Amino acid sequence: MANWLNSPASETQVTHGQRLWLYVFAGVIMTLLVLPTLVVIPMSFSDSQYLEFPPETWSLRWYRNYFESDEWMRATVTSLKVAVLTMLVATPIGVLAAYALHASKLPYIRAAFVMLLTPMMVPVVLIAIGAFYAYVKLQILYTITGLVLAHTILAIPLVVIVTGSALKSYDMNQENAARSLGAPRWMAFLTITLPQIRFAVVTSMLLSFLASFDEVVIAMFISGGDNPTLTRNMFNALRDQIDPTIAAISTIMVLITTLMMILAQLFGRGKS
Amino acid sequence: MTSAHLHAAGLRRDERMERWRLFGLGSPALLLVLVILVIPVGWLFYVSFIGADGNFSLENYERMIARKSYSRIFITTFQVSLLTTALCIVIGYPLAYFMSQLPTKWANLCLITVLLPFWTSLLVRTYAWLVLLQKQGLVNQWAISIGLWDEPLKFVHNMTGTLIGMVHIMLPFLILPVYGAMRSIDRDYMKAASNLGASPRRAFWTVFFPLSTPGLFAGSLMVFVLCLGFFVTPAVLGGGRVIMVSMKIVSNIELFVNWGAASALGVVLLVLTVIILWIASRFLKLEQMTGGGH
Repeated sequence: MANWLNSPASETQVTHGQRLWLYVFAGVIMTLLVLPTLVVIPMSFSDSQYLEFPPETWSLRWYRNYFESDEWMRATVTSLKVAVLTMLVATPIGVLAAYALHASKLPYIRAAFVMLLTPMMVPVVLIAIGAFYAYVKLQILYTITGLVLAHTILAIPLVVIVTGSALKSYDMNQENAARSLGAPRWMAFLTITLPQIRFAVVTSMLLSFLASFDEVVIAMFISGGDNPTLTRNMFNALRDQIDPTIAAISTIMVLITTLMMILAQLFGRGKS
Repeated sequence: MTSAHLHAAGLRRDERMERWRLFGLGSPALLLVLVILVIPVGWLFYVSFIGADGNFSLENYERMIARKSYSRIFITTFQVSLLTTALCIVIGYPLAYFMSQLPTKWANLCLITVLLPFWTSLLVRTYAWLVLLQKQGLVNQWAISIGLWDEPLKFVHNMTGTLIGMVHIMLPFLILPVYGAMRSIDRDYMKAASNLGASPRRAFWTVFFPLSTPGLFAGSLMVFVLCLGFFVTPAVLGGGRVIMVSMKIVSNIELFVNWGAASALGVVLLVLTVIILWIASRFLKLEQMTGGGH
């Protein structure tokens, strides 16, 4: 131990001992980053009205509460439906846009690129009230279609950035070679390019799913009626009181997120 | 005209055609952003200049200057955003530095602790802090039981809670670009500085730190801009005591159905964001800001 403390830790001959404060600090911060979410999981299995840790008596009471509530179940189904549809709409549209921006040499590319990124820069509240207004006119307020469209524009910049950076490191000459051998462009893209940017596409799908599934502010305005989302209901419940059912739902949401990440790892394993 | 000329013209036409066809591939995305975002936000812009009587007026903007409650909201928003950004830098920079000094394998392991919260739902994380920090929450229980303080302290439904929650949510946005920038610094530079007689501290401040500033700048900017428009965390952890611009926009619509006032606030928020991003883009490439380190 003493040896290690006195051994050099960096190129400038600072010893591990002199850096001890940094190690302790980093350890504390990393714990604080992860712990809050993890603590909620055991709490959700408590039998008490009041959230306690560690729970004195364990039970599935709050899970039963959640699964037996029609309202929560309907919201969950809506959220999952919207997230899957957003993923299926945003990914192909975004990949096509990223490909077009990458391959095209038109001078307006930069302008188009900036416009595709605007959903990231415009404050989400503004997008929400804008969509609310537009949906009243288009008569798609409180519909699944409306939610999917709004969440899709949130997901597009993510897809464009992730796929775009993958295309940047991909050698377009491979596709050109296929085309010079007679393959139509779409075939060259599908059989040569797409398999090589596979990881980016799978990551894009994951990001689109999560962008929609976790979204709160837009859903507050344009979901409701028969189709409120899970996050909308959760947010409203949070404003009123600390209902332990939320702990159960949080645990399930963390589970879904983790599952998605594992799936993405399994299907998207590649060079990247 | 020779056949070579005709051929060249044909090729040029084909190329033009292909360019436009490619542009067509990107059009669904552009169209969607146009219809769902650009046009409605444009309309909000227009509405913000319409007074209560339906004619052109600046009353929505005048109210912002005249009423104290509005200026207080802007001050709060800037306060929260600046403090959050500063805290993220103070906490995130050393952590990123720590990770950048580790062998890649260990660094990736540590990176998981940054990515995990990044992927977890914002609402879930905000809820977790609410549970931990409330009066009978874990932090108070624990601190009282080991004698750190006697009475439960108020951590939520005020500025403290808001800042704790926001810093937790924003940290990954700072750490990832900073870490990316630090990783790409050639470690031989530090060796060289040391060889030339610089003390470790001097080598760090004159060599390492300046090279990491692009990442630090990009990360801080991202955090600040995201904070300006933040809604969920201050709404839940602030408990009505911390009112930011986005929350005022929501209450203007939900409670008062005052589209003019809400739009004007939204326009100001958007213009502020654009100005900050524009200034930043003069120093940074756009890709650096959005792509970050990862």
